[in-house]
Amino acid sequence: MHIMEGFLPAGHAIGWILVSAPVVAYGVYSLGKKVKKHPEYRMLLGVAAAFTFILSALKIPSVSGSSSHPTGTGFGALLFGPTAMAPIGLVVLLFQALLLAHGGITTLGANVFSMAIVGPFVAYGVFRLARMVRLPFGLAIFLATCSANLMTYLTTSAQLALAFPDPAGGFVASFVKFAAIFAFTQLPLAIIEGLLSVLIFNALARFNPQELRQMNLLQAPEAQP
Amino acid sequence: MKKHQNLLLILAVILLALVPLGVVQTDEEETFTGADGEAMVVINQIAPDYEPWFSPFWEPPSAEVESLLFALQAALGGGFIGYYLGVSITRVRMRRAWQQGQPCA
Repeated sequence: MHIMEGFLPAGHAIGWILVSAPVVAYGVYSLGKKVKKHPEYRMLLGVAAAFTFILSALKIPSVSGSSSHPTGTGFGALLFGPTAMAPIGLVVLLFQALLLAHGGITTLGANVFSMAIVGPFVAYGVFRLARMVRLPFGLAIFLATCSANLMTYLTTSAQLALAFPDPAGGFVASFVKFAAIFAFTQLPLAIIEGLLSVLIFNALARFNPQELRQMNLLQAPEAQP
Repeated sequence: MKKHQNLLLILAVILLALVPLGVVQTDEEETFTGADGEAMVVINQIAPDYEPWFSPFWEPPSAEVESLLFALQAALGGGFIGYYLGVSITRVRMRRAWQQGQPCA
């Protein structure tokens, strides 16, 4: 999902930075407020960041014959709300842009938008919806984080299609081409991300049920191991 | 089922990552290259005249150095999560011991 350095026309690059910046700013503000109110959340915030660090470093081979990586941003969004992951995703993407030449400074806005804004919002929304229709906790986590991962890559495809519409078929034809690369590759990886997110939530539900209950993620009876 | 759920989850993740290695057969020289790079190829097909207008300040000089940094990234994350889970487990244990009136060892 990393759009490479310089691979978005300047207008698009600036546009995505303008779209993402306010969300990152609000994320910093809301995280600051939350941590002030609950200083004990600081460690969990570290866990959310650490999870994104690991998952986005893992290039995993996929059935399409290419490799890609999970994002890990859905997990943190479920803990801290959708905007919280914007600044965390920014840190991870900055690390990769500066040290690994993965993604870039000019494409940072676009990459933050897909991985650290769209993904978290999708995770948050799908989770709320799944719990509303009373799906089990684990399944709700899986669906939320899995679809967050997929939507991140579809967003990247749309961003590239907007910047590079097909000369004959326009946006749609171009979107199909990019989505064919990203979405197909991503399908098993999205499932992996969903499974790993359930795994870490299982650990948290067992050892830190009181925090999850405070965050309205667990009801009391479900916390029993 | 519940008892083995975590084990099954880990097994499923490993399987999902390993199966493509065995199943995918191509004649191309390089398989399992990054999807990010493949998108770049498509950009070149759609807009052959497009020139990237900015290049990274620094690039890892070799694949080895790149893998070092990726490993570092994952190690940082893994180390922190391991630390947190260790702290959490110890906290649960000590609380239980305290509730049973035993001194915490």
